[in-house]
Amino acid sequence: MADDARDPKEPTGDAEVAQTHPGGDLDRPVEAAGFESLIEAKTGLGEMLAPVAGFGVTFSAMFRPTITEQYPFERVPTKPRFHGRHQLNRYADGLEKCIGCELCAWACPADAIYVEGASNSPEAQFSPGERYGRVYQINYLRCIFCGLCIEACPTRALTMTNEFELAGPTREGLIWEKQDLLAPMPVGALAAPHPMAPGATDTDYYRGEVTGTAEEQIDWVREFRPDDPTLPGAATATTAPAEQGRTR
Amino acid sequence: MTITTPKQAGGGVAPSNLVTFQIDELEVSVPKGTLVIRAAEQVGIQIPRFCDHPLLEPAGACRQCLVDVSMPDREGNLRPMPKPQASCTLTVAPGMVVKTQRTSAMADKAQHGVMELLLINHPLDCPVCDKGGECPLQNQAMSNGRSTSRFVDIKRTYPKPISISTEILLDRERCVLCQRCTRFQEQIAGDPFIALQDRGARSQIGLFSADVLGFGGDVPAGPAALDESGRPFASYFSGNTIQICPVGALTNASYRFRSRPFDLVSTPGIGEHDSCGSAIRIDHRRGAVLRRMAGDDASVNEEWITDKDRFAFTWQSAPDRIATPLVRDETTGQLRSASWAEALDVAAAGLAAATTAGGGHGVGVLPGGRLTLEDSYAYAKFARAVLGTNDVDQRVRPHSAEEDAFLGHAVAGRTVGGAGSVTFTDLEQAPTVLLVALEAEEEAGVTYLRLRKGVLAGRTAVFSVAPLASRGLDRISGTLVAAAPGTEPEVLDAITGSAPLGQLRTVADGLTTAGSVILVGERLAAVPGGFTAVLRLAERTGARLAWIPRRAGERGGVETGALPGLLPGGRPVSDARARVDVAAAWDVPSLPTTAGRTTTEILRAARKGKLSALVVGGVELADLPDPAKAVRAIEKVGFVVSLEVRASAVTELADVVLPVAPPTEKAGTYLNWEGRPRPFPQALASTALADHRALDALAAAMGAELGLRTITAVHAEIDQLGAWDGARIDAPVESAAEPTELAPGQAVLASWHLLLDAGRLQDGERFLAGTAKRTVARTSAATATAAGLTDGELVRVSSAHGSVTVRLAVTAMPDLVVWLPTNAPDCAVRTSLRADAGDVVQLAPADPAGDDVVSTDSAGSDNNDEVSA
Ligand code: SF4
Ligand code: SF4
Ligand code: SF4
Ligand code: FES
Repeated sequence: MADDARDPKEPTGDAEVAQTHPGGDLDRPVEAAGFESLIEAKTGLGEMLAPVAGFGVTFSAMFRPTITEQYPFERVPTKPRFHGRHQLNRYADGLEKCIGCELCAWACPADAIYVEGASNSPEAQFSPGERYGRVYQINYLRCIFCGLCIEACPTRALTMTNEFELAGPTREGLIWEKQDLLAPMPVGALAAPHPMAPGATDTDYYRGEVTGTAEEQIDWVREFRPDDPTLPGAATATTAPAEQGRTR
Repeated sequence: MTITTPKQAGGGVAPSNLVTFQIDELEVSVPKGTLVIRAAEQVGIQIPRFCDHPLLEPAGACRQCLVDVSMPDREGNLRPMPKPQASCTLTVAPGMVVKTQRTSAMADKAQHGVMELLLINHPLDCPVCDKGGECPLQNQAMSNGRSTSRFVDIKRTYPKPISISTEILLDRERCVLCQRCTRFQEQIAGDPFIALQDRGARSQIGLFSADVLGFGGDVPAGPAALDESGRPFASYFSGNTIQICPVGALTNASYRFRSRPFDLVSTPGIGEHDSCGSAIRIDHRRGAVLRRMAGDDASVNEEWITDKDRFAFTWQSAPDRIATPLVRDETTGQLRSASWAEALDVAAAGLAAATTAGGGHGVGVLPGGRLTLEDSYAYAKFARAVLGTNDVDQRVRPHSAEEDAFLGHAVAGRTVGGAGSVTFTDLEQAPTVLLVALEAEEEAGVTYLRLRKGVLAGRTAVFSVAPLASRGLDRISGTLVAAAPGTEPEVLDAITGSAPLGQLRTVADGLTTAGSVILVGERLAAVPGGFTAVLRLAERTGARLAWIPRRAGERGGVETGALPGLLPGGRPVSDARARVDVAAAWDVPSLPTTAGRTTTEILRAARKGKLSALVVGGVELADLPDPAKAVRAIEKVGFVVSLEVRASAVTELADVVLPVAPPTEKAGTYLNWEGRPRPFPQALASTALADHRALDALAAAMGAELGLRTITAVHAEIDQLGAWDGARIDAPVESAAEPTELAPGQAVLASWHLLLDAGRLQDGERFLAGTAKRTVARTSAATATAAGLTDGELVRVSSAHGSVTVRLAVTAMPDLVVWLPTNAPDCAVRTSLRADAGDVVQLAPADPAGDDVVSTDSAGSDNNDEVSA
C-alpha cells in the first residue's frame, strides 16, 4: 500500500498536534530554574526592625476613619447598578410593561423564571397589545442575579432594583409572584386591567408617548371597578391638563 | 400477531435512472427528476427555504432558496445561468454545477437580498408571536440574513389577527406569502377556503370570499355550507396549515400564547380519534398537554392529521376525570371515594358471586371500542379466564351476528404485508376503490387524504355506495352508486361484469383490475345481508377488502378477542383446538364453550335478569343502538363494575368505579385499520392505571392470576400465543331484508357520524366545536315537496320515541330517504329518535308555533320496550 511506503520522518497530522514538551507546547524551559527573589534584601537597621515592621501597618491604621458598616442597624445604599431583586415595571397609565413573552425565562441560565402568557381582551387589558404575562414567578433560591433576563426583556418590563434582602425561612416565600414583583403604581396611574390610551398602539407605549392616564381610561375603571383604590389618585392627576394622555 | 412494525422494503433505483451533477464541488447522483433542494438535503447541504415542502407541489413563491447554477451547453462547456435560480423548482440535470450560499458569493448575496425584502414588511414582533423559538424565518434571518436593517420607512401593517375559523387566527403582517397554506388546502385537503388575494405589496392571504371569488359550485348551498360558528365551512384538515406555515402568520386559538418551544416536552403519540393510527406529537408543559402536532410517518399519515386528532385532547384532563376508585355506599346508596384495596375487594366479591361458578347468572363484559391492544386483550382474557364467559363485546354501535362472522372470516389475522392486506400506499395506487357504508372524510380522515392523493395523481377512481354524494366524495371526484339505506346488498349484488353498460358495469370492471380495493365501514353491520354481499363482490371481482371502523380500538379488539365469537389471534371460540391452544397459553384448565352474546344480547340479558353483573369499560351509552334500553339494563343488573376515565352515564349507575388512564397517561399500542401496530409511549407522568393493570389487580383480588400487570408481560403473552394457522370462522350467509312499505310522509333514515360532533372525546374544545359542520337534514327535492318541506326551513323528523327539528338542505339523493347526522350537538339520532340508519321516520314541516331554535326532544315512552326487545 502507498501508505506503508511513507517516509517515517515526514510529519504526519498526528505529530503536529502532539505536545512536544510535557506541560504544554509553550516556550518555557522544561526544568524550572531555582527560586530567586526580585525584592532586594534589607540590610543594617532595616534588617533589625524587619520582624516588627509589620506592626507599623496596624499602628498607622488606628488613626484612619473606620469603614465597617453597621448593617443591619445602619443601611448604606448600594452602588446604583447593583443587581438586586427584580421589578416588573408599569407604563405611566398603570398598564403592565410585561407581555409574557418568556424571553427572560429563556435567557435565565439558572432556570429561575417561570412565565405563562395569555391574551389580553377588551374586558381585561393588562398590557398594551395582544399579550400579557398571566403568571410570572421568580425563584430566588435559584436566581444568580446575573441580569441576563434584564438584557433579554424586549419591553424593559423587567429591571433590577437595589434591594438585596432576600433571605427567608420557607421555599414558597422565596418564589416571588407577579404581584410581589410589580412596581408600585406611578403617581396618577390606574391599576390594570383597563383599556389602552385612546388611539395609542403598543409601539406608542413602547416609545414612551403615553405619559399619563386618559379620561377614557378613568371612566372605564369607574364603570367596571368603581371601588378601585387607584381611581382617586388617577382622577386628581388628570385634572392638570398638561399631564393628560399621550403627547405626540 | 406481533407488536413490531414491519420494515419498509427499501426501494433501490436502477443506475440508468440516476443523474450525476455537482453541488458545492461534491459529485452527487440522485434519481431523475429530483429537485436540487432535495438533492442538497441528501448530502447534508441546507439551503434556506420557506415555500418548499416535500409533500406539496413546487411553487417557487418565496425565492429564499436561490443558488448559483451552471449548465453544460451543447459542446459541454459549462455556462453559468445569468441569474440565481430557485433550487426548489429546479430539477437536476446531468453535468449541472450548483453552488449554494456555501461556495458562491452570488448565491449568498441573493439570499441575503431576498431575506431583506421579506423582512421589510415583517413586524418582527417575535416576543408576542407564537412561532417564536421555532420559527424558520427567525432562524434563517439569523443564518442567511443581514444583522442590521437598512429599512427606515413605515412598514405596511394590517389589523392584528383575524380569525379565519374559530380555531385558526391569521396575522397577515407576518405572512411571507409562501402559499404553503393555500397549496395544502388545495392540493391535499381539497378545501380551498383561504386564498391569495390582491396584488403587489398588498398581496395577502385571506378567507376565500364567496362574494368575490365564488366557490366553484363545490359547496352545498344553504345552511349546510356554514360551520357551527356561522362562517363558511372551512376544512377538517385546517390545523395542518398552522403546522406548515413557516412563520407565525397562522396560529391556533387554543394554543395562543400558552408556551414557548423550550417549555415543551414532546412525546410521540398515536391519534386516538379514528382507526387510522395517525402519528402525532404530544407537546406538554408541566404535566399538561398544550398542543398536538402531526407526526411524520410516510407509511400512514404522511405529515397530516385531522383537526380532531390535533385539537381534541382536553377530554383527557376534563374536570370530570375520576381521581380515585368509587364504591357505592351501602347506607347512603351514593358513590363515595374508596381506596384501591377496598374497591377491588368489593368489585371482586360482587363479580365472584355473579359468575356461574359462583352461583350467579354470569357476567357480561363490555370493554368499549377505544382500547389499546393491550387493554382489550386484558378484557378478553379476563372475561374468559376469570369470569368464565364468552359474553364479551367491544362494539358500542349497531352490530350484528353477520358482522361477527365477517370480522372472524375476513378481518381477523390480516397483517400488513400478509395475504390480502390493504395499506395506505395500496389505496393511493389502487385503480379503483369502492367505499361501502364508509364516509371516508368523516369516519377516517387521513385515509380520505390518501384516496385524494391517488385520485389527483390520476391513478385512482373512487366509487361510493351511499345514499348521497357528500362534499367529501365530490372532492375526490368520486362517483356515487346511489343506494337507499337497506338496499346496499341489492346494489352490491348488481355490480357484476354482466351488468348492462353503465355505472355498475364500470365499477365491476374497475374492481377486477389488479390492485383494486373495497373499503367497508362499520355501518354496514346495520344492513342485513350487507357483509355477505360485500364478500360475494370481493370474491367475484378479486378486489381486496379492508374494514375501516371508526374507533381506534376496534381493529385491535378483533385480534385480541374482544368479540363474543373470537379468541385472541382471531381463533374461533367454536374451534376446540383453538380453545385448547389458548387455554394452554393462559394456564387454565379449559375455556368456556358456550357461544358468547353480542352487546345487544348482553344488555338484553342484563335487563331480563339473565346476567348478574356487568364489567363495563369506556362505553358511552348514547352510542348504543338504543340508549334508553341500555340505561335500563345497567340499572337492572345486580352489580356493575365500571373502568372509566371520566364520569359517565355508566359510572353514575355503577357499584364500583375504577379510574383508568387516558391514552396520554399510559403506554400502549393501537392496531390501525390496516392491521399495523401503532405503539406509543406514555406522555404524562401519572398514577392512573391502564385498564390491563386494573384488570390484573381485579383478577388478583378474585384469587386468579391474569399475568398482565405490565405491558411487557402482555406483549410476551401475545407473542407466545402467536398467530392462528387453523380455519377462520365461516363467511356469513345472510339475506337482505325486504324493503319496508312507506306511508305518506314517511322516509327511511340514513345517517352517519360527522367527524366533529357531540362525541365525548371532543369535550372542552370550544374552538374546535366552532369548526364543525352545521346540522342539516337532507332529502331529495321530490321527497321534500311530497312532505311539504322547504329548502332551508326547519323540518321535524320524528319516530315513535321522539323527534328532532333541524334545517333542511335539499340534496340530490334517492327519494324517500332522509339523512341526519348521527350525533350532532342538536341532533342525537339514537337518543332522541331511538332510530338508526334503515329505520322508518316521519317527516313534517316544523311546528310553525315552534321558535327558530333547532331543538331536540326525546319524550318517547318506554312502555313498548319489552315487547320489541
Ligand atoms: S419580563 Fe420582559 S422578557 Fe420577561 S416575559 Fe415579561 S416582557 Fe418578556
Ligand atoms: S413569524 Fe417568526 S420572525 Fe416573524 S414575528 Fe413570528 S417569530 Fe418573529
Ligand atoms: S399564511 Fe403562512 S403558510 Fe400561508 S402563505 Fe403566509 S406564510 Fe405561507
Ligand atoms: S423555497 Fe424555493 S422559492 Fe421558496
